[in-house]
Amino acid sequence: MNAPAYNFAYLDEQTKRMIRRAILKAIAIPGYQVPFASREMPMPYGWGTGGVQVTAAILGPADVLKVIDQGSDDTTNAISIRKFFAKTAGVATTTATADATVIQTRHRIPEAPLHGGQVLVYQVPIPEPLRFLEPRETETRRMHALGEYGLMHVKLYEDISRFGHIATSYAYPVKVNARYVMDPSPTPKFDNPKMDNCPALQLFGAGREKRIYAIPPYTSVVSLDFEDHPFTRYRFDAPCALCGAGDSYLDEIVTDDKGSRMFVCSDTDYCETRQQRGYCGSESAAPHKERLHG
Amino acid sequence: MYVAVKGGERAIENAHRLLAHERRGDREIPEVSLDQISGQLSLAVDRVMTEGSLYDRDLAALAIKQARGDMIEAIFLLRAFRATLPRFGVTEPVDTGQMQARRRISSTFKDIPGGQILGPTFDYTHRLLDPQLAEASIPEAPATGEASSAAMPRVTDILGLDGLIEPSPQADANTPVGDLTRDPLAFPAGRDLRLQNLARADEGFLLALGYSSQRGYGRNHPFAGEIRLGEVEVEFMAEDVGFAVPLGPITLTECQMVNQFKGSATEAPCFTRGYGLAFGQSERKAMSMALVDRTLRARELGEEVAAPAQDEEFVMSHSDNVEATGFVEHLKLPHYVDFQSELGLLRKLRQEFAEADALSDMQEAAE
Repeated sequence: MNAPAYNFAYLDEQTKRMIRRAILKAIAIPGYQVPFASREMPMPYGWGTGGVQVTAAILGPADVLKVIDQGSDDTTNAISIRKFFAKTAGVATTTATADATVIQTRHRIPEAPLHGGQVLVYQVPIPEPLRFLEPRETETRRMHALGEYGLMHVKLYEDISRFGHIATSYAYPVKVNARYVMDPSPTPKFDNPKMDNCPALQLFGAGREKRIYAIPPYTSVVSLDFEDHPFTRYRFDAPCALCGAGDSYLDEIVTDDKGSRMFVCSDTDYCETRQQRGYCGSESAAPHKERLHG
Repeated sequence: MYVAVKGGERAIENAHRLLAHERRGDREIPEVSLDQISGQLSLAVDRVMTEGSLYDRDLAALAIKQARGDMIEAIFLLRAFRATLPRFGVTEPVDTGQMQARRRISSTFKDIPGGQILGPTFDYTHRLLDPQLAEASIPEAPATGEASSAAMPRVTDILGLDGLIEPSPQADANTPVGDLTRDPLAFPAGRDLRLQNLARADEGFLLALGYSSQRGYGRNHPFAGEIRLGEVEVEFMAEDVGFAVPLGPITLTECQMVNQFKGSATEAPCFTRGYGLAFGQSERKAMSMALVDRTLRARELGEEVAAPAQDEEFVMSHSDNVEATGFVEHLKLPHYVDFQSELGLLRKLRQEFAEADALSDMQEAAE
């Protein structure tokens, strides 16, 4: 039983070629879910095996990798995936959005605008936007082929008639390149507008469901809505307590057992960069306040 | 001042150290060896090899030890290793008719050529805890006898002679056998892929589905035509030398279920088949697999597809325990940002509800 030696970025070259072919097809048909022969990875399904396989297939020695989960570089799974590639590919890693060439993400799109040449790799649990309306893959593939999306509009309409609003706050469906309805992965709908006409290449990997899809740079991505109920973003109406940002998506932190809360940027790189530039919020750099929360 | 949580890297390292410590257990007690696991927990090893899709007792024993006895975790470890192995090709079909059987029973005929062999089975043990096993104990040596040289034809082959059972489909040399670990699965799937999926499927899931079919959810009137356990030779066609090269023996459990008829105005009625095959001694798995293989043939045999066990997409999409456990357990990963989005929506809906409520109260008071 010898310790196995692994290839650059873990996957063997044959597997990488198979994944690259799927990626190229996905780029050629924006928003279309391309089946691929997903492999068992050394982390569990649900931990980002689709994103990891896409990243492994596109990573080169000169790449600089950033990994975020919930917008943060410091969540345990982001650390674990970053370490995996630092170890198996030896690539440089960063937390700075602007410096990264490949960004693997779970549930968020960075606040800082992406630029040309960057690739954003999304981890996707359920790639099929119609799955909760129609559980059968054979049916949903047919619906995509025919562009038959009435069911989705009926669902959104029923939300409005029941709740007064479209009751989808994350994984909010979009139409890509005026053709395919696509699941943006479970990002909050706050992030949806960032996908539209984005200079970076966006790749989506679903390992367990064995699907890859893509949004090429500068492609139109429209959130589904109605004329009288237009799509709206949501963020808690407060500035970040650490950096004062009024335009970033916020995490809600419960600070004591009496219901006190504070709101801070979910994108840690964005928040830290702003703090370094001297921006501050209600809770920042005020040591005497520590006792209040202690 | 609030500081965002840091130090995840150290937390992960410490968690791994603690896990290794817990796995070892009391250090005063000798460590369990792979030989002990392989030799004394052999049915656990068999299950891990079967659902891990890799015939290697040593690696399966290692996986069980590393997984602290968690079978699905061990199966996952073996699968992740398997995914890194090159695929050289496909072996020749194994001939279970030539099996050196250690156990062989039929519930359809009292006596059969080659005889019934009970072999190592729990079937007729009384399930009384044996306090002697709590201490080291040496069991009696097994009884031995002359090996029979009589051929041991499969019961389904005997039925097949009279056309009483449908013939087994013959492999088409020009159509390569499917491999769902190398090609993405599409529906409807051929029987080769269905059987591969079932062979890798979670034993408990197949057990429940097979059981449901016996209780009327897709009934298929099964008889255990034959169950056999033993060693078969694996051969690989080496193109260079031009003949099949033996790779060595493996232990298999095969179950052939004989099920109720098909037939039509133009075709004489005959029994239908359900097939189960597993590594090692995995009888419950092989039997459950044979039941579900048959229920999944509903469409092919012109039966109504109504029960979960007959629904190919339902069964094949949810049978893999490595996939299933991943998706169920991923719920423990952070979902802060989506939850925050849901909280925001819910607060808004509740606020609107309260406002509408207050308004209607005011109107009622005014009336």
